[in-house]
Amino acid sequence: MDINKLHRISDYQWRIEPANGMLVPGIIFASEDLILDMDEKVYEQVCNVAKLPGIVNASYAMPDAHWGYGFPIGGVAAFDPEQGGVISAGGVGFEISCGVRTLHTGLTVQQVMAKQKELADVLYKYIPAGLGSTGIFHLNKKEMNDMLNGGARWAVERGLGEQADLERIEEHGCMQGADPDQISEHAKERQKNEMGTLGSGNHYLEVQKVVSIYNEDIAQAFGIKLDDIKISIHCGSRGLGHQIGTEFLKSMAVSAKDHGITLPDRELACAPIDSKLGQRYLGAMRGAINCALANREIVTHLTRQAVTQIFPDSHLNLLYDVSHNTCKLEAHEVDGKTKNLFVHRKGATRAFGPGHASLPATLRQAGQPVLIGGTMGTASYILAGTEKSMQLAYGSACHGAGRNMSRRQATKQWKGGNVIHDLAERGILIRSPSLRGIAEEAPGAYKDVSAVVKAADKTGLSRLVAKLEPLVCIKG
Amino acid sequence: MITPHWEHFEHQADMGVRGFGNTPAEAFEQAALAMSAIITELSLIEPREEVVIQCEEADQELLFADWLNALIFEMSTRRMLFSQFKVSLESGQLNASAWGEATNVERHQPAVEIKGATYTELAVRQSHDQWLAQCVVDV
Repeated sequence: MDINKLHRISDYQWRIEPANGMLVPGIIFASEDLILDMDEKVYEQVCNVAKLPGIVNASYAMPDAHWGYGFPIGGVAAFDPEQGGVISAGGVGFEISCGVRTLHTGLTVQQVMAKQKELADVLYKYIPAGLGSTGIFHLNKKEMNDMLNGGARWAVERGLGEQADLERIEEHGCMQGADPDQISEHAKERQKNEMGTLGSGNHYLEVQKVVSIYNEDIAQAFGIKLDDIKISIHCGSRGLGHQIGTEFLKSMAVSAKDHGITLPDRELACAPIDSKLGQRYLGAMRGAINCALANREIVTHLTRQAVTQIFPDSHLNLLYDVSHNTCKLEAHEVDGKTKNLFVHRKGATRAFGPGHASLPATLRQAGQPVLIGGTMGTASYILAGTEKSMQLAYGSACHGAGRNMSRRQATKQWKGGNVIHDLAERGILIRSPSLRGIAEEAPGAYKDVSAVVKAADKTGLSRLVAKLEPLVCIKG
Repeated sequence: MITPHWEHFEHQADMGVRGFGNTPAEAFEQAALAMSAIITELSLIEPREEVVIQCEEADQELLFADWLNALIFEMSTRRMLFSQFKVSLESGQLNASAWGEATNVERHQPAVEIKGATYTELAVRQSHDQWLAQCVVDV
């Protein structure tokens, strides 16, 4: 990105002055190096979002911002319904409530390394991953609607999760205000056989070891120690979310003019929050959030079953579950007043600070865990939300490094078999049904996530707590 | 007259599909091939079974996105992959057949699942003597 177009506020904060129809400034949180590395589209998209009606404060971009659909990936923007604010299907995307959860295992590195291959094989056997895989739980019409209303809470009631998990999930595992009637039969059809599946692309299940601790106090509050083994799961709302995204993107794009909205980009398709379409989307999107929460809960249930095959005495407890493609109604301070805003986080993670009421008592002092995924060959990070983040960008942080090359370029540069072999030499076992898929997800195809999390830490968006490295990676 | 063909184009996170033909309908067919080729080698997909698809949309570009999204829906719910397409377009009405077979994970080794056709780089246009239809698909 051409850094001369930005006004430097500090080492990690850059401003785009409102111009050409922007209602608010753009604010990018990143180091100078990250800014220089960002694609030019990020600038354009941050500016476009700033033109949408009812936007409050600024159009924000996280340190990992890159070219997205309408919104940049790593984009955060909040809208005030009292000011004609909009809700955007493009601002949430196709993978509604894609997110990450991290589980404690109580296992040691030695225990896992002694049975690494067996663990990789059993996880691969138990967790459906990739195109062509099917979930083992098939929902009928009533169960589908119950799931869309109940989220992870529904899964627990159905015996596919644990009660203790719920307080460790955003919205306590159940997004209020879902309206299954606003979700099409097509979307439900797509989801029928996909409950408890991982998906493909950049989705994964990883067995990880903790290799660094940056903040002892918070690590202790989170239950993280050096050499701990954790398991992280990254997936979303599967076919249901994709179909909802597809359908509402079209409805909103087509009706924007009728709502008096000029879309700077068709992908930014949106509708006034107070319109019928806006409310329909809200109800459908909340159902999709529940679908993602239920899905991750079921995948966790399967993971627990798999791990106890190898380690019968182990017990997996949930550290936290975060989502990064959502629009949520949240109370935030604006000019000294509390306002209820619709906060879009597109490829950005919620990062509520210490004391936030939505956090369970055991985490309230430390702040919300922020889980940032890396690649199958690099590192993932755990951070914590900060009070400063609440002031900077509604309590938001990045979600992971973007790609630095296209899928095509990656398959030209790497062969899946070689990637698997090289990672195995480094002690990392990969399981996947597709060699080409692995090549596309090769570690070298992604930017350096450590630069991104360092910037998040320096800017105050969240605080570094721990670094984890993969030992086993299941990908679709 | 050109030989209808398809190609992929660069997009950072996902994949662009582009079809070329002598008519918009041919371009739509070729773009569908490009989309299947994201998942697996086209030569691995046997055109055994026919699925009929119908869409209606006045805006030709939105119709193109609808076409790809209809295919994505069929692939997802029937658990099929397609390697042959026949499209006819008339006054905003699309009538098409897609031929393919059930997804076989071992044989097809699907690389990714396609989530949806986006409006990014969405275009249906004529350039010299050929028609082009393209967009980025989210994987």
